[in-house]
Amino acid sequence: MTTTPRHVVIAGASAAGLTAAETLRREGYNGHLTLIGDEPHLPYDRPPLSKQVLAGIWPPTRTALRSPDDHTRLDADLLLGRRATALHPSRRIIEVDYGEHIEYDALIIATGVTPRHLPQGHDLTGVHVLRTLDDAHRLRTHLLQRPRLAVVGAGFTGAEVAATACGLGLDVTLICRGPAPLAERLGGDIAHLVGQLHTDHGVRLRTGVGATSLVASHGRVAGLTLTDGTLVEADAVVVAIGSTPATDWLRTSGLDITDGVACDAYCQAAPGIYAAGDVARWHHPQLDAPIRLEHRTNATDQAITAARNLLGAHEPYAPVPYFWTDQYDTKIQAHGICTPGAQITVVHGDPAQRSFVALYSHDGRVTGALGWNSPRELRPYRELVAHPTPSEHATATGGP
Amino acid sequence: MRVTLDQDKCCGAGTCVLSAPDVFDQDDDGIAILLDPTPPAHLAAGVRDAATRCPAAAIRLEAE
Ligand SMILES: Cc1cc2nc3c(=O)[nH]c(=O)nc-3n(C[C@H](O)[C@H](O)[C@H](O)COP(=O)(O)OP(=O)(O)OC[C@H]3O[C@@H](n4cnc5c(N)ncnc54)[C@H](O)[C@@H]3O)c2cc1C
Ligand code: SF4
Repeated sequence: MTTTPRHVVIAGASAAGLTAAETLRREGYNGHLTLIGDEPHLPYDRPPLSKQVLAGIWPPTRTALRSPDDHTRLDADLLLGRRATALHPSRRIIEVDYGEHIEYDALIIATGVTPRHLPQGHDLTGVHVLRTLDDAHRLRTHLLQRPRLAVVGAGFTGAEVAATACGLGLDVTLICRGPAPLAERLGGDIAHLVGQLHTDHGVRLRTGVGATSLVASHGRVAGLTLTDGTLVEADAVVVAIGSTPATDWLRTSGLDITDGVACDAYCQAAPGIYAAGDVARWHHPQLDAPIRLEHRTNATDQAITAARNLLGAHEPYAPVPYFWTDQYDTKIQAHGICTPGAQITVVHGDPAQRSFVALYSHDGRVTGALGWNSPRELRPYRELVAHPTPSEHATATGGP
Repeated sequence: MRVTLDQDKCCGAGTCVLSAPDVFDQDDDGIAILLDPTPPAHLAAGVRDAATRCPAAAIRLEAE
């Protein structure tokens, strides 16, 4: 954008949306700013929902991303509990529920993702998903009644819910389609360790199976059947089988919304329209491929770049992806791409001691670095992932 | 500028150390340590960046 906009609208008022708003102000934008979010709460943080909030260690209010004073200073119109319902890029109008039409000069789309559901059964009492503060509240209230819990899906959310529920002393079954929890994210060897972590704590881990249907009894869930024909009895079921980008409202916009809002390397989807966070699929200039990340740090980093580019910076967005997950007393952190099929080399510590750093490499190039209970030791390897060198060299000299 | 750090919120990402290495460090558990609660003006930009990027909203800034 060459001329400074007079009205910037941000759809989605969570990690990415709020960061975009703050960045615009920090970069000197002092025009009209509107933030639209369909949840009733002030922007809050999601990672604690499956951890401290579900465990009852934090009151939900601790998840607030900013203080009320910070929001006042931001000087934005915060439309909470309001939903963007349609977008007309050619006229630069965003439609909001109750028939309101808002004109914008520039728009940032940060509507995140929504949890995928099983084909049926979500209306039964005792069936949960976990994405929002309200979901967390409902789930925790139910877990306090000490139900037998089944968790469908062993990605980050499912695995964390299983760990937290196990910590609350519940009987937990974790149902995992792959060979081990997080197998698609971490590769088999490491995922196998995650599986062990769960079974060591007494979680019943069912691998290589999916859920076929939920079993009901008098309007409540009573269990579920699995693809191998077995039945898992449960009084509470958490469905954590992934998410889909929240782009329903963009269906008639003309934007490419195949798996998220498609953006170029500058987080731009169309003239005057940018996207950031879980909802954005952008062309990663170094990987030279479109990617979409559902990681907390990506939401902030991408929002910063999108906001700066909206104001004319023209910076390509080429982050080193980063995520962490906390399960039991274990912190797993990863920089870069840690996909299956990579060659995994332990460069620090020892998996048997439950503290190590492992490098992931493809064709001799280091693509990712993972730390298991080793935050400090992992940090220097971030550089290595950002500026890859042949892995032999990395193994020999990369140690801190 | 006055910086406060809520170590209880910190999730050990280390983003703050990358943004402002003179102001933040990490302990062995990865929990951030505030080296200087009143950093000099020339470090302010890095500290603001750290506060914005911190994925746990653990860093708060107050103008003096
Ligand atoms: C339980 C849980 C645990 C997690 N743990 C970790 C972790 O340990 N590590 C990690 O790296 N990441 C974790 N994540 C992922 C991380 O929270 C997300 O990457 C991050 O929240 C993405 O931020 P976002 O702003 O892009 O999207 P979101 O946080 O999804 O925010 C989008 C907002 O837009 C709203 N919205 C949607 N559609 C509309 C509409 N049409 N109009 C108005 N508003 C709309 C949504 O209701 C929501 O408030 C976790 C996520 C969850 C749910
Ligand atoms: S950026 Fe935030 S969460 Fe990460 S180490 Fe620093 S204070 Fe902790």
